[in-house]
Amino acid sequence: MLRLAKNRAGISAYHIAMALFGILMIYPLLWMLSSSLKPSTDIMITTGQLIPRELTLENYAYGWKGFGGMPFAAFFKNSIFVAAVRVAGTVFSCSVIAFGFARIPFRTRRFWFMAMILTMCLPGQILQIPQYILFNRLGWVGTYLPLLVPSFFGGAFNVFLLVQFMKGIPLELDESAKIDGCGWIRLFALIIAPLVRPAMATVAVLTFMASWDDFYSALIYLNKPSLYPVAYALKLYSSEVSTNYGPMLAMSVLSLLPVLLLFFAFQKSLVEGIGTVGIKG
Amino acid sequence: MPAISQKRAGSKPMGLAARLKKNNIAAGYMFIGLYVIGFFSFVLFPFLYSFYLALTDYDVLTPARWVGVDNFVKMFTADDLFWKSFFVTVKFAVVQVPLKLLVSLLVALALSKATKLTGVYRVVYYMPSIVGGSVAVAMTWKQIWDNSGLVNSALGQLGIPAVRWLSNERTAIYVLILLGVWQFGASMLIFLAGIKNVPSSLHEAAIVDGAGPVKRFFAITLPMITSSIFFNLINGIIGSLQAFNSSYLITSGKPLNSTLYYGLQMYRQAFDHFKMGYASAMAWFMFVIIVALTVAVFRSSSAWVFYQDEGR
Repeated sequence: MLRLAKNRAGISAYHIAMALFGILMIYPLLWMLSSSLKPSTDIMITTGQLIPRELTLENYAYGWKGFGGMPFAAFFKNSIFVAAVRVAGTVFSCSVIAFGFARIPFRTRRFWFMAMILTMCLPGQILQIPQYILFNRLGWVGTYLPLLVPSFFGGAFNVFLLVQFMKGIPLELDESAKIDGCGWIRLFALIIAPLVRPAMATVAVLTFMASWDDFYSALIYLNKPSLYPVAYALKLYSSEVSTNYGPMLAMSVLSLLPVLLLFFAFQKSLVEGIGTVGIKG
Repeated sequence: MPAISQKRAGSKPMGLAARLKKNNIAAGYMFIGLYVIGFFSFVLFPFLYSFYLALTDYDVLTPARWVGVDNFVKMFTADDLFWKSFFVTVKFAVVQVPLKLLVSLLVALALSKATKLTGVYRVVYYMPSIVGGSVAVAMTWKQIWDNSGLVNSALGQLGIPAVRWLSNERTAIYVLILLGVWQFGASMLIFLAGIKNVPSSLHEAAIVDGAGPVKRFFAITLPMITSSIFFNLINGIIGSLQAFNSSYLITSGKPLNSTLYYGLQMYRQAFDHFKMGYASAMAWFMFVIIVALTVAVFRSSSAWVFYQDEGR
């Protein structure tokens, strides 16, 4: 009886500790949300109070008007456009490439696969400057092309993820399709591609999130406010309204919404995906 | 990275199979062709070009001028900011990588016992990793650690005087390190997957032998998850040496360059001063450091990393 009680106390202590730690972990995000709903003059005075004295949407209304003649809606539209093209390009090119690696036995396949794995370990910084010069020569700086075009040529990590997934499909499927007179293209488009849809969804979600947060490409390649995505616009906005935190926090909250919504919709496959990559790696 | 190239059994080329492979070469390249084109234009060419650039003086507007190893000589002997940013980055990595490993391992252990709420905790602890790299969070982090921000106001309620976190040369870097450690979720998930892979029979046998939880952790769990530690360690080192965002967005390298990451200094050389050659030389120096560290960790791994499916 005593042991049971002791055990119960232990379990409650465990949950209390885990919950407190959880609150601490998301406190910065809660603070961001709560502050964005406070009257702008209250934010730094009532920093310690999570529950606003007075709820208001004035920061959202003010922030949404944007800056430099561009409303925030335009930045959102830019981000959505860039992310959509990148997602389409990445999912298409990576699944085509992964099919080649996973299902077609041909000479030099192993060589290219190893080359791809090696590029995964290559620090991206070393490629940035020459890539910039290349895109500058092509006259692409100041347009979306440097952000969009590379996604149509596969990405090592995503191809790898899809290859692992495709290898799990029994080879007999290919053989019987071949006997039925099915060529590689139809085998890919009609049989394999539909079967790897869950992995494609993971690739799509990861690509969208990375694209949404990417302010670096905008910093380097874009030079017109009319092209700026949300992430970069937010950075500029924060210096624009430097002491007026309310609108900045409100736009921050909005900018996180798409990523958070996707995360909650796909958290199961994302959480599992990260775990398996670690094990396989 | 082991276990990547699991060859399909029975693909040893023999007569017919070899001919089949030859026939497939066109089909193969039709599918991986996009990758091959991308590899040459966005990876191999820039990689080689970057090495050439490192040996030149190039400002984008006038043609590149060959200067040999001058960039490197200048970097090592006459550029205080180069060394400053290098040591800032080393400090950042040396503190952040082990701290993040430790926190993510401890939290993974606390989560390894399945309860009804484990899924909820896992999502909540992982959330900062999802949003932590964004501009929005960086801006919020800046407010939280501001002189009159959340942290100082919380300290004030405890009667502790305010600290000028971001304008103090000694504390600013730790604010950025903490932002990184806060995003321990991804490595926690990798540890969790590793812990789940430990056969429960090992623990049961140890319990029969009277081993307590601490002993079991050091004798069973820790040796069995060394491959996850290895993966997180490599990722952590490479990531922290290339860090850029938090320094650029939160402190701009201030105060007194105490948060000037190597990545930020390189960016400034390239895109503020348009010294493309010099910045490429910086990139190559960091590349060599990263390769050397990665090789060292890989070499040492045979001594401490244990793979469950070894030899399979």
